Order: sequence, then C-alpha cells, then structure tokens
Amino acid sequence: MYDIGTLYQAETVEHACRLLLEHPEAQVLAGGSDVLVQIREGRRAGKDFVDIYMLDELRGVSIDDEENIRIGSLTSFSHITKDPIIQKYINVLGEAVDMVGGPQIRAIGTIGGNTCNGVTSADSASTLMAWDAVMEVTGTEGVRRVPIKDWYIKAKQVDLRAGEIQTAILIPKESYENCFGHYIKYSMRNALDIATTGCSVNVRLSDDKSTFERVRIGYGVASPVPVRAPSAEEFINGKEITGENIKLFSEMVLEDINPRDSWRAGRALRRHISVVMADRAIRECVRLAGGEVHE
Amino acid sequence: MAAKYIGQGVNRLDAHDKAIGRIKYTDDMCDKGALIIRVLHSTVANGIVKKIDTTEAEKIPGVVRVFTCFDLEEKHYYPTAGHPWSTDPAHQDIADRLIMTDHPLFYGDDIGAVVAEDEVAAARAIRALEKSVEYEELPFVLDAQEAMKEGAPLLHEKFPGNVLAHTEIHQGNVAEAIKEPGLTKVEGWYETQPVQHCHIENFICFAYGEGDRITIVTSTQIPHIVRRVIGQATGMDWGKFRVIKPYVGGGFGNKQDVLYEPLCAWICMQLGGRLVKLDVPREETFICNRIRHAIKYHITSWMRPDGTFAARTIKAWCNNGAYSSHGHAIAAKGLNAFPQLYPCDNIDGETWTVYTNRSVAGAMRGYGMPQASYAFECHAEDCARAMKMDPLEFRRQNLMPVGYYHAFSKNELYTDTFNQCFDKGAEIIGYYDKVKKYANQTGDIRRGIAVSTFWYNTAVYPIALETSSCRLVMNQDGSVQFQLGETEIGQGADTAAAQMIADTLGIPLDMVHPVSCQDTDITPFGTGVYASRGTYTLGFSVKQTALLLKQKVLEAAHQFTRMPVFNLDLVDGEIIRTTDGRKLMTIGELALEKLYTTDGSQHLTAESTYQIKSNAYSFGCCFAEVEVDIPMCRVRLLNIVNVHDCGQVINPTLAAGQVHGGQSMAIGYALSEKLLWDEKTGRPLNNNLLDYKMSSFMDHPRLNAAFVENYEPTSAYGTKGLGEPPACPVAPAIRNAIGAATGLYINELPLSPHTLFREFTDAGLINDSFAEEKKEG
Repeated sequence: MYDIGTLYQAETVEHACRLLLEHPEAQVLAGGSDVLVQIREGRRAGKDFVDIYMLDELRGVSIDDEENIRIGSLTSFSHITKDPIIQKYINVLGEAVDMVGGPQIRAIGTIGGNTCNGVTSADSASTLMAWDAVMEVTGTEGVRRVPIKDWYIKAKQVDLRAGEIQTAILIPKESYENCFGHYIKYSMRNALDIATTGCSVNVRLSDDKSTFERVRIGYGVASPVPVRAPSAEEFINGKEITGENIKLFSEMVLEDINPRDSWRAGRALRRHISVVMADRAIRECVRLAGGEVHE
Repeated sequence: MAAKYIGQGVNRLDAHDKAIGRIKYTDDMCDKGALIIRVLHSTVANGIVKKIDTTEAEKIPGVVRVFTCFDLEEKHYYPTAGHPWSTDPAHQDIADRLIMTDHPLFYGDDIGAVVAEDEVAAARAIRALEKSVEYEELPFVLDAQEAMKEGAPLLHEKFPGNVLAHTEIHQGNVAEAIKEPGLTKVEGWYETQPVQHCHIENFICFAYGEGDRITIVTSTQIPHIVRRVIGQATGMDWGKFRVIKPYVGGGFGNKQDVLYEPLCAWICMQLGGRLVKLDVPREETFICNRIRHAIKYHITSWMRPDGTFAARTIKAWCNNGAYSSHGHAIAAKGLNAFPQLYPCDNIDGETWTVYTNRSVAGAMRGYGMPQASYAFECHAEDCARAMKMDPLEFRRQNLMPVGYYHAFSKNELYTDTFNQCFDKGAEIIGYYDKVKKYANQTGDIRRGIAVSTFWYNTAVYPIALETSSCRLVMNQDGSVQFQLGETEIGQGADTAAAQMIADTLGIPLDMVHPVSCQDTDITPFGTGVYASRGTYTLGFSVKQTALLLKQKVLEAAHQFTRMPVFNLDLVDGEIIRTTDGRKLMTIGELALEKLYTTDGSQHLTAESTYQIKSNAYSFGCCFAEVEVDIPMCRVRLLNIVNVHDCGQVINPTLAAGQVHGGQSMAIGYALSEKLLWDEKTGRPLNNNLLDYKMSSFMDHPRLNAAFVENYEPTSAYGTKGLGEPPACPVAPAIRNAIGAATGLYINELPLSPHTLFREFTDAGLINDSFAEEKKEG
C-alpha cells in the first residue's frame, strides 16, 4: 500500500506537460523503481504524481534522420541491453544498464528515470557522458536539446523546467562511429547494488591503430554529479598506445574528480579505484578496437 | 525395520505447494480487515522519554489508537530468549524487557505504537509521532570494551560495569607451562562484526480475541515458548493464550526469540479482542529484532618446536546490545569450545557478555560459533605459519583426537571425523595440487586456497531441557497424520520426520502427512526448533511413537488374522506373517476394520514424550579457493567445498540444501556484511537491503556440499546436527585463502574492499603514489 496523493494519468506527451503545469507540485512517475521506494521511505509520501509510463511513443531505439541513435526516455534497461542498434553501435551502454539492480528492476526501470533523477551513481550516466549524449526535452512550448554536460545542475537536479519532460536521449554519430567503449561498475556486490564508483571510457583509435585519436572518460560517484575527466582526455588524445601513457592518463583523472568521503566508502578508496578503473577500461577499449598496448 | 526412505533424497513434502504459491504464511492467514499496528521506535540511543504528544497523530484519518509507554499501567518485565523454561529461578533467562519503555536503551527501542485502519495511516501517524517525542538524552556507549570502563553509561543497574556475565575456564597451569624452553609464542586479536539474519519473511504476527482468550498467529520457531512469554509479559495465565505457527519464511534464530507477540497480544486486549496485525518492515527487522553478536577475541598460544601446544589463553568480549535476549549463552558456548577443538593441558580463558546501546544480539545460526570459528581458525592458521607447517597437517596433528570424551556434555568423538572430512574435501577441490600451483605468485591478480574447521554440537543437553513429543493419528485408509513440537521453518523437518515415520511404522511415504502448522491448543508440547537439534530430537519421539502405533496395529492385526503378534510385521503398508512372508492384509483394510468393527472398535493413535539426555558432536570442514584482485581490493570466491559429518543423512537433497544455505550466509559474513551505527548519534546507518551488503546469487560460486556419514550411536536414527554447522567454517577458510594468495592474514570481518584497501595500502601491496589521500580511507 503506497501513500500517493493524486495520480494523474498522462495520455500524450503534450498532455503530460499540461498536467505538470496545472499541478506544479506533482512529480513525474515513469517506471517507479526509485519513486515507489521513496514513497515507502516517506520522502515522497502523500505526493501527487503525473504518470507517463503509458506513453508508448517514448519507448524504443532508432536511428533518426541526423544519424543520431535515438533512445526513447521510457525504454527499459532490459530493452536497451537486448536492442540490436545498441548492440551494434554502443554495446557498452547495454552492458552498463545490465548492471542496474536485478532483472525485475531492469524490466521496469527506464533510462529517462535514470538520468532525470540526477543521481551520480546512475549506471547509464557515465557512458552517456563519455558518448556526449544529448537530452531531448519536450514542453508545451516545444522541444529543446540539452547537451549532457549542461544537463546535471547539481545532485538530484537536472535541467528540466516547469511543464517539461525528457522525451529521448540522442547519441550523435560522431560519438559512436568507429568508437569502442567499456564500463566498469565498482560496487560491493555483483548484483542488486548501486555503484560505489564507476567509469566508462570511449576510445577511437587512429586508422593505423597506433595512437589514441580521441578518448573520453566519464565517471559516476566521483563527484556530486556524473563528470568527465578533461585533463586526462586532453593528455592522451593523439598519444601512442603505450603502458606509460595509459598510466599517466589514469593517474591524471584525479585532477578532475572529487569523490566524497562517507560511511558508504572512503574518498581515498574511491580515488584509488578511479585510477585502476581508468587503466583497465581504456585497455579493454584498445583491445575491442583491435589495437595493442605497447608496454 | 528396513530403511526404505531414510537416506533417500525424496522431494520435500511442501515443495509443490510452495512452488505454486499455495502455502499459507502468517500474512496469508490474516483477514484483510485487520487493524494495522506500527511500532514507535526511539530516535535516541539512550534517554528518558519525557513526553509524547499524540494530538497530531490522533487527528490523522484512519488512526484508531495511539499507545505510548505511559499507557503501560502494569510493568511486567519478561525474558525473550527461546530457551526452555527452567523452574529453578537460578537458571531462568534475565527478564529485562517491557512491551514499551520510557527509558529507551538503543536507537530503535520500542516506546509506543499506533493502531490504524491501514498501513498508510499508520505510517503517517508514526512520522507525526516521531516529531513529538521529548527525550532527556543520556550518554551512550556502542563498544563492549568501552562499556566496561569506569564511568561508562550504565544500562541496567543490576549489572555493574555493564557486564551481563563473566565466566572463566582453567586447566593445568599456564604460568608454569610457558616456562618450557624453546616455545614459540603466537598471539592475535580477532574481531567479528554484527550482522543480521535477513530471512526472506520479516517477522509478522496477528492477534484476535476468542471467548476470554487471545489467539496469536506468528512467524516463529518456538510457539510453545511464545505462549509462555506472552503470559509473563502481560501478567496473565499462560493458558489464556493460544499461539499458532503457520509456514515460516526463514528464522535463522531471530525467530528463536519472542519479538513483538506480547505487544500485539496486549494491544489486541486493549481493543477488546479486535483483530490487529503487526508486520515489521525490513528496516525495523534489521535493528529492532535480533542481530548476531560482534565478538572480539585475544588468543595466545605457546607452541613447541614439534608444532604442539604447550599452553593457550583466550579472552573474548561479546557485545550483547541493550537487552539480555539469550544472555551469556552465546559467549559461553565459544569459550567452552576452545579447549575442546584443539585440546591442550594448560589453558586459561575468560569471556564477558556486555550490554551496550546497540540493537539486541540474540540467537543466529551458529550461536556464537561462526565468530569463535573465525578466531580459532585464523589463530590456528597463524600458529601453523609460525611453525612453518602445512596448515592442514597442523590441524590433523592438533585437533580433538578420536576417543576424546567431554565430561560435562558427555559428548564423545567416536570416529576419525576430522581426517575423513579433510580427505574428502581436499580431493574434491584438489587442495594439494592447488597449494603447489599457487605458491610464490606475483602480479596483480593472485589465487589462494585454504581450509578451516570448527567445533559444534547438536542439541542443548545438558545445559537446558531436551524434550520432544509426537502424536500419530491413523485414518481409515491406514495413512497417518503426525504432529510434532519441532517446527517446519523451511529446513525440511516435516519431510525428515515423515521419512522416519514411514520407515519405522512400515507404510509408504505418501501415506504420512504432516500437520505442519503448530497450534499450542492442539500440538503436543515441544520447545520448537533451534540449535541444530530438530532432526536429532524429533527422531527420539518419532521412533518411540511410531513403535507404539505399530504395536497397536499389530495387535489389531492379531484380532483379524488370529496370528500371534510376534509373528507379524507391518512392511510397506502390508501386514506380513514373518514366518513365511505371506501378505495377510493391507494397512488400509486393517485401519478400516479396526475403526468400524462392532467388536472392539478403536481409533488407532499414539502419542508420547521422549526426554533426551544426550548430545552429539557435529564436525566438518570448509575448503575455499579465492582470486584476489589486489589493485581493485576485491576477492572473488572461486570454489567452496564444505564436508560435514552429520551422521546418517536422512535426506541428501535437503541436507545439501542446508549446507548451501549456510555457505551462502557465511559468504556474506566473510566478504561484505556489516551493520553500522553512527558513532556520534548511535543511529543505525545501513538497516536496509541496499546498504547492508548481503551477498547475492552473483557473488556465489557453485556451492559444493559433501558428507561423511558416521552413524551417530546416541541417536534414534544415527543422525546429528546440520542446521548451523555449515555457517561456521566458511569465513576463516576465506580469510586463510586470501592470506595464502597475498601473504596478508587479516584479523577482522568482513573482508570487504574497505578492509582490503586499508590493509593492502598499509602493507604496500597497492601503488601508493596517492598515499597521502589514501590514509583516510
């Protein structure tokens, strides 16, 4: 039995936006895997909700006219993992969201919810950072696009304005073309857990596979919101694929991240693991890209 | 009596109904119109409740009544441990609980309760009440050794220094023995953490009035004890209460305590017998039920050059939390095991059970032995290493020898159990080859293999009463119902008992039906299931009662066949003339005739009580193989093999299930689980299944269970304890395997990334280029 005030059932995206404007206190309910827990805990007890879960137009993965990969915001984690477009172009995202919770959570949880709740530990977030995803947001005024670097305002707050919902996540072609990625989730057990820290790397090698043409690295739980490590990226881009360069790259991420110290995990542990993850993830990307690390 | 069913892995009798969801647990039996109880818990770790303003809570629609600690007019202090009652006051459990208290002693203590029409109204009322409690906050103490210091906050006036009990053991003369020349001294501190049972079904009960009595339906291991304690807690005659125990979704010892049944019964009485239900949320199950004791040990051994013990000492501090629950029994069990597992002529030992302002520790699978095994087996490994001996050979040399007799318990080690278990386990896991293969590894990822053992016994004789009662009732077709005080709590007790009855009585298994639901109005008296005693103790009353019924059957057969009773037998549902093997009639024909005959009609039943005056050692071992990812500070358990000698295995499938469950529980204990409290406020931090890192299916390798079957001579069916032993040796085996892999032997639990990071950093195993930052971690 859940303590819910009023539940407004949205019939279309436009209807959902209107409901949110009419009921400014109401919150969006998608899969509910976070929201129902928070209602039970009392944090959202008695609140009103606009339920968008029935909006099927927000489900599915496609390639749009601009050759972006377009992931509808209500697409479930298990759908993403099994989707052929994802598997072909950005398999790492399917792998990352396959580490969320357990099978039941992955069947109900949505990538939109994962990114709109603004939490740094979201398993999809570091990969979306490393792939420079673009959030498509729809309101009564129309559609706008928000690059992911501008999406996270602070912990638990994203760039969604009154009457807006996120309708899709776009992965630009230049992020996925000839790119190889690897995500490492570091958690205290191998299922049913939230990341203690996590790292996703996106690598494009030069045509002769001798140098890193472009490397992007995203982190979750390394700062209050998901972040990239620009200093490390800048260092490695154009460099030869050597063990020494990878070591320097990995240690350089510490210049860009700022993990917290809490009873869940110490800052020092998170910093240490961040370096190890960078090293291992970039090496795996090189392997996937058909390159070789010269030690 | 040929064993047709004993030793066979028959399906558990409730398997089908459980698989299709037809089994009724407590909540399934409760009428949907029940009023909902939620408990108001203290939000201070020690304090006096000055006032609770109930005005706001009472205004909430759907709230029926609000009770506070100030509504408890009569204060009946009661004990909660699921121990058999003792009519000798000196042996009774400490009565230190009230249904609600105005002096909460831990964060989560019970200071009031709300009754509402539904869960939402009850939750709203609790949130409103939490804001309206005025406390006088008092200093608190969370650590056992701190609590013993002068000036520490005192929890119970009758227990100075917060020491619930302190006991010692002495044999020989340690002071003299350590003067022997050439001894090597090995010394260590070993520390275990508090954990929780995490049974799938949270504690739940409901109560309703019938006539002038109250019926309580509850998820418990111990219905007859629950009835007694409700009587004590309410100051009413015990027979005024009827306790019903449906199927239970796991207990692991947490439900070997009386939890909220007295509060639920009391509220029911205040409301004139209205149906009320108290369903404890998971968050409260973690901190307001019972937990496993955290115990800190200091062990010293003086070793001779040949690797034998000259003298040994042990000290142990056992953190009991705020109330007595099982009292000193847990600490004492560990201390008493110490001189038995590795006998030595000269031993000094002492242990303290200490009150602290933490959640109450009580019984949990292993009853202190997972903790003690960790300390004993870490230390045994440390001794073997100090003497440069192979750890397995060291154990073979020093463990309890065959023929060892323990005068107090009268336990005897009849067979070469330890070596048989070691040999079997070593072969299954490939121990000796892997020890060689994994020697002298370098690199980031290393493997290790190790072994550990433990001490355990089956039942509670001679410390407490052991009694078992059984009733058998035969139907017209010759099938029987059986009733036992030993409860089915998922472990398969009903199935094991049915196999025994089928064999002893001589009828097919499908003609033996359990009355699984215990009801104190109907079920013969029994103290429930705890320790690892169920299959052992019920065996005595089952055998005695089945033989009684069989005698009645054969006497009836004599009436109908004219053959002498001593030439008759009941085999596989047929009355047999033993002299020529001729089948004279079926049990169905006999039962029908006996019930409806106009010449001596009789309802064929039997009932008897057996008081057990024996106990039995139950030993075994665990081999663990791990892979340690040093930079990632992670351990992967690659392989685990437990070998147990639980005597005659009644049902190999269910026995393996017991072992797998114990291994699973112990994997979390070894690697990830730990309850945390905020040092500054005494508030629990991780009392939910996300932040509390119970191990998941994905953290388990294939779980291997193997058995050595030495028929137990004291036992009705040759069987002995298996419920708890599998949980005992796993954590030290994993610790020792990590040590074998890395050279680091870590003396605390859990061996989580947090612990490994600190240890690996301190030992210089991980790159310390960011050492300055790391020191905090």
